[in-house]
Amino acid sequence: MNFALSDEQILLREAARGSLARFKTIEAARDALEDPSALPDLWPAAIEAGWPGLLIDEERGGAGLGAFDAMLVAEECGRVLAAVPLLGLMPAAAILNAAADESLEAIASGELRPAYLPARPPGADGDGWTGDPRSGFGRAEVARAVVDGDEVTLDGEVAFVPDAPGAGLLVAVAVDDGGRPVAAAVEPSAGGVTVEPVVRYDATRPLAHVSLAGARGRRLDVSVDVLADAWFLAHALIAAESIGAAQTCLDVSVEYAKERYTFGRAIGSYQAIKHELTEVLRRLENSRGLQYYAGWARESAPDEFPLAASAARSAAGGALDFGARSMINVHGGIGATWEHDAPLFFRRAQLSRRLLAGTHDATDRVAERAMSGTAVA
Amino acid sequence: MDLNDTPEQAASRAEARAWLEANKGQAPPRAGSNDDPDYVNARRAWQGRLAEAGLTAVTWPTEYGGRGLGPIEQVTVNQEISRAQVPGILDVIGIGMLGPCLIAHGTEDQKSRYLGPMLHGDEVWCQMFSEPGAGSDLAAVQTRARANDDGTWTLSGQKVWTTNAQFAAFGLLLARTDPDVPKHKGLTMFIVPMDLPGVTVRGLRQISGEAEFNEVFFDDVRLDADAVVGGVGNGWGTALTVLMYERLTIGFGSESFGSPKRLAETLAADPQAHADADIRRRLGEVMTELLAVRFNGYRALTVLSRGQIPGPEAGLAKVTMVNAAIAATDLAADVIGPEALDRDNDWSYLISFLPGLKSAGGTEQILRNTIGERVLGLPSEPRLDKGVPFSELRALEKQGAGR
Repeated sequence: MNFALSDEQILLREAARGSLARFKTIEAARDALEDPSALPDLWPAAIEAGWPGLLIDEERGGAGLGAFDAMLVAEECGRVLAAVPLLGLMPAAAILNAAADESLEAIASGELRPAYLPARPPGADGDGWTGDPRSGFGRAEVARAVVDGDEVTLDGEVAFVPDAPGAGLLVAVAVDDGGRPVAAAVEPSAGGVTVEPVVRYDATRPLAHVSLAGARGRRLDVSVDVLADAWFLAHALIAAESIGAAQTCLDVSVEYAKERYTFGRAIGSYQAIKHELTEVLRRLENSRGLQYYAGWARESAPDEFPLAASAARSAAGGALDFGARSMINVHGGIGATWEHDAPLFFRRAQLSRRLLAGTHDATDRVAERAMSGTAVA
Repeated sequence: MDLNDTPEQAASRAEARAWLEANKGQAPPRAGSNDDPDYVNARRAWQGRLAEAGLTAVTWPTEYGGRGLGPIEQVTVNQEISRAQVPGILDVIGIGMLGPCLIAHGTEDQKSRYLGPMLHGDEVWCQMFSEPGAGSDLAAVQTRARANDDGTWTLSGQKVWTTNAQFAAFGLLLARTDPDVPKHKGLTMFIVPMDLPGVTVRGLRQISGEAEFNEVFFDDVRLDADAVVGGVGNGWGTALTVLMYERLTIGFGSESFGSPKRLAETLAADPQAHADADIRRRLGEVMTELLAVRFNGYRALTVLSRGQIPGPEAGLAKVTMVNAAIAATDLAADVIGPEALDRDNDWSYLISFLPGLKSAGGTEQILRNTIGERVLGLPSEPRLDKGVPFSELRALEKQGAGR
């Protein structure tokens, strides 16, 4: 039984914290709401730290590490709201790595940054692959693919793609006319490709609507499992980011509760405050346990990874929402002002919970896996 | 990260599995009534067999009949007992909590007299700490032990929530021996033979109608001088040892309280429930919490396997487990309807049992206080009883209430 960070993982986490501490990321998160150019470019720091190649095999220039290691980095980014494009990068790199694609060395070295165009895999109930809609509750169709040898022609639209603006390669998941998923690597400069940047509520989260109109790319020959895995890897990373952000919400709130006095007592001595903050801790620790589960499952029990990543995302999405709201509550009115950091974490919580089919979809996936007998002895 | 045994753990697991495989035919059923003396005797005998096979008291030193191993090895053995679908030991409280306290604080005479029969199930023990007026504030116990001139003690008062008292041979009891000092200081721990004149045990029925606990009354019960454990006036420290072991005893593998598999099957079998978005959301949330309990359990086991004791944050697992189990039973009842509440329905007992479990082993509110203060470092509640002699507290409380 060893369900703890290894020494190397502790070092990786400390190094990530150190790299990010050189930037005023939280101030930038606020400034960028009014001036998008205020965000520091963290890509050079990511390259320096070796994150682009984290999931890429060593013989292709990567570090050959696992999802849990990527999650530890994502957690540190979440802690300080650092806009490192891991959510686009990691699932794309995982697909490209499985395909032994020619781009891997350029990605591992940081020369080329890919972004993953998400597609939700079907559940046990036999629904098909779907995408996020531009607005509304229903699911959108994924792009259509016509395969011709090593080439794929793509048609369709993918909404709210994380980290797509400025990406050098798009890794798309589409379906052919038989409904089978097909992966393709598409140059953003290829004919028919439009990347329309969008910013919604949280300026640290670059997004884009990507249009593919007869866009041609090279086919990535990978199994369906790899494409499903990429979706759940993105879930696991959002979970990890949220855990980091919720940890900051808790830490800042606890410090304030020790310093702020009312009626002659520090407010943290009141059970109303103490129990609310303990609830943040409870949700955070539950999320962390599930983060470990997801990291372990991807390496050692891949059949359980969809369940583990969905459970982690469900718990962490709730933990961050609760933690960010608590942070505002504990600080009183000042916590709801523009100058305070609490609203930045609140913004992160609200947008993150709505991306990639939303936190509620992850919760539903847990229920579905349980009822189909694939979960919980 | 891995969930695998070390070679040593694998060896002790294999040994336990082999013994259980060979002997499980002689085990009593897992479910039975503790009001049935035949069942209790069968469980005691089974405990004796487990003890001889080295499958209990794994953490006790070898000189007292244990195996001198760590808590992780005990957990490994417990997993095998559970896997074999046989009952574990009857006296979980004695072997898990009170025995270790005697080993830490008892005299050599006490250890040689009591530990052997406790281990083999010949003498079952009960824990007599809580009182009607002392639960969360345990140091407020009022059961009084007065010293007699000949060195004996006279005990009077009442205890409550006493599991197994109806057939226990001995109890470990926290009593007040000096009311004129602050409350944590005037306490002493005693060994009480349950068959002494003046000891009355009465079953305490709960919501389900079953009596799983007892009340115990002491009416001028005479205790010998050598009944004291850990020294006169040191009762609080001795009690803390028991409570520390309590944290180790409860909390592992407890996700089964939520009956996740049965819940999922119940819902999956009902086509409308299966398709209902709200039912699915509730199921997803319950399952997520129960999975978190399981995998945080593995984190805690990792701490244990490194020879460390899990901190007070382990109490969060209990809060999560109880509330998730309540949500699970509530969801099942919504889907099944009134039949779920029928006495014979599988869910009925849990539905009745869980509200009380919320307060067992520390109320949720006290756990949140402790974790808020000791894990998050938040300032403690102001308290009126600090440094005040116990005998003056009542007057102070009345004064406070009148303000």
